[in-house]
Amino acid sequence: MSHKVIVPIGPYHPLQEEPEFFQLYVEGEKVVDIDIIIGYNHRGIEKLAESKHYDQIAFLVERICGICSSSHPYCYVLAVEDLFGGEANIVPERALYIRTIIDELQRIHSHLLWLGLVGHFIGYNTIWMWAWKYREPVLDMFEMVTGNRNNYAMFKIGGVRRDILEEDIPLLKKTLDELAPSIKMFYGAINDDPVIKARLKEAGTLTKEQAIDWCVVGPTARASGVNIDIRRDEPYGAFLMNTIDWNVVLEKNGDVFAKTMVRILEMEDSISIINQALNKMPKGEIDANVKDVPPGEGIGRVEAPRGECIHYIKSDGTNRPVRHKIRAPSFMNVASDKVAAVGGTISDATLTLAAVDPCYCCTERVAVINKTDNKKIMNGWDLVRLSQEKTNKIKEGWPNGRPE
Amino acid sequence: MNMRDKIKDGLGNKIKVWDERSARRIYFTVEPNDVYKSVEFIFKGLGLRFSTASGVDLPEGFEMIYHFSFDKAGEVYSLRTLIKDKARPEIDSIAPIFRGAEWVEREIWEMLGINFKGHPNLKRLLLAEDWPEGEFPLRRKNES
Repeated sequence: MSHKVIVPIGPYHPLQEEPEFFQLYVEGEKVVDIDIIIGYNHRGIEKLAESKHYDQIAFLVERICGICSSSHPYCYVLAVEDLFGGEANIVPERALYIRTIIDELQRIHSHLLWLGLVGHFIGYNTIWMWAWKYREPVLDMFEMVTGNRNNYAMFKIGGVRRDILEEDIPLLKKTLDELAPSIKMFYGAINDDPVIKARLKEAGTLTKEQAIDWCVVGPTARASGVNIDIRRDEPYGAFLMNTIDWNVVLEKNGDVFAKTMVRILEMEDSISIINQALNKMPKGEIDANVKDVPPGEGIGRVEAPRGECIHYIKSDGTNRPVRHKIRAPSFMNVASDKVAAVGGTISDATLTLAAVDPCYCCTERVAVINKTDNKKIMNGWDLVRLSQEKTNKIKEGWPNGRPE
Repeated sequence: MNMRDKIKDGLGNKIKVWDERSARRIYFTVEPNDVYKSVEFIFKGLGLRFSTASGVDLPEGFEMIYHFSFDKAGEVYSLRTLIKDKARPEIDSIAPIFRGAEWVEREIWEMLGINFKGHPNLKRLLLAEDWPEGEFPLRRKNES
């Protein structure tokens, strides 16, 4: 096998979206080890939070992630509200519903973004284009309700900062009604197309035991049969009111196909949750006008699109926290690539790394190293190409589009 | 037996303080030397899920809190311990019990300088390679 030695351009490159560094060690076609080097985007937010006051921190933590932009502020305000005995104690009912509507809209747009990436990685660029096309109306709804496509500035301690106007609700519902058939279409495409199914099945498998050992969360865990979802386990927002009928989506095989199914079905459910919330949302106040934060310790948890997000606040009664600990879901999930990617092939590597939905498009930031002589033989772009070629090989093997 | 009783029963007099802050938030304190066995019991014996761990620099020492989630009831059990030796803070790593602890401990080590004895790979996770040795960003310097 000929070796290409590629001069590393370093973790920052104009074409890469986000910096992260995977080094895959390969022997022939097989991935035998992986080094995950993160931290290029570390901004010291926990340290910063210690010098900001509680109102400012909601804006600070919103910038942790551009995709799950409502999860961190929601989780943070829940942690502070825990100091008051919990969200249910102080947040007005209408605000609970608004919080859930924003949170579930976010789940939809985040999963659609991910679906597009997976489509791209397996060489189905139509899925990529269409997933991102159907995502646009969701972002338009965010802009209508919150004023922005990302970073909504909706959450504050004790409520939400903006109301959902009555005149906006019909358009919101119409957008969701138009989105539902598209999600069904994706479900059909992934489930019924034998090439896509063959491509995704048994790739990047994380067993249930591994999922528990690595403490993974979210769809990554649920695809492996680990039955956890903060919305059901520790209800928050509208889920506190017991007026929403919904399901936790569970699969068992733990491969990329299972993870895809979980996310698509969650999107369907999110549409239903939002519709129910819009119908059940009462009129009333949206803000409890909290003035002072009492001393104590608070923990907040939300089910972000990627899994459990947890914030811990230690307060001494002043207007700044003593300690603010933030653990994003991807922190647990990305680490599990150590076992999910190892043992697989290099053509499946891109998919596997993307399957946990790391809160960044990290898979370009990959170096593939031959284990025997430690020479770099390919980069992330090559891996995506390999992944797409594998799909083509499956298609060529089935000239009638399905197995003989 | 509910989960609170199972923990109290299993850890016995390792528990120095038991504080039920609210219906779903339970904090309890053990000595640093008892952390490993306690975590092993909670994770392996009771099957709770490890959410994360946090450390904070207090005047009296480095406080470590390990947050465990009892998902069936939506409760968080936070195991607290105080490492009094601020000159050379260290504690047994819990990474040998489950791998999900590896990154969490690495982050606490590089931010606070707590040495996790027995950690398989205690090297920098988030800080840059050229970040100066001995500089732990979350330690407090001369703050009143």
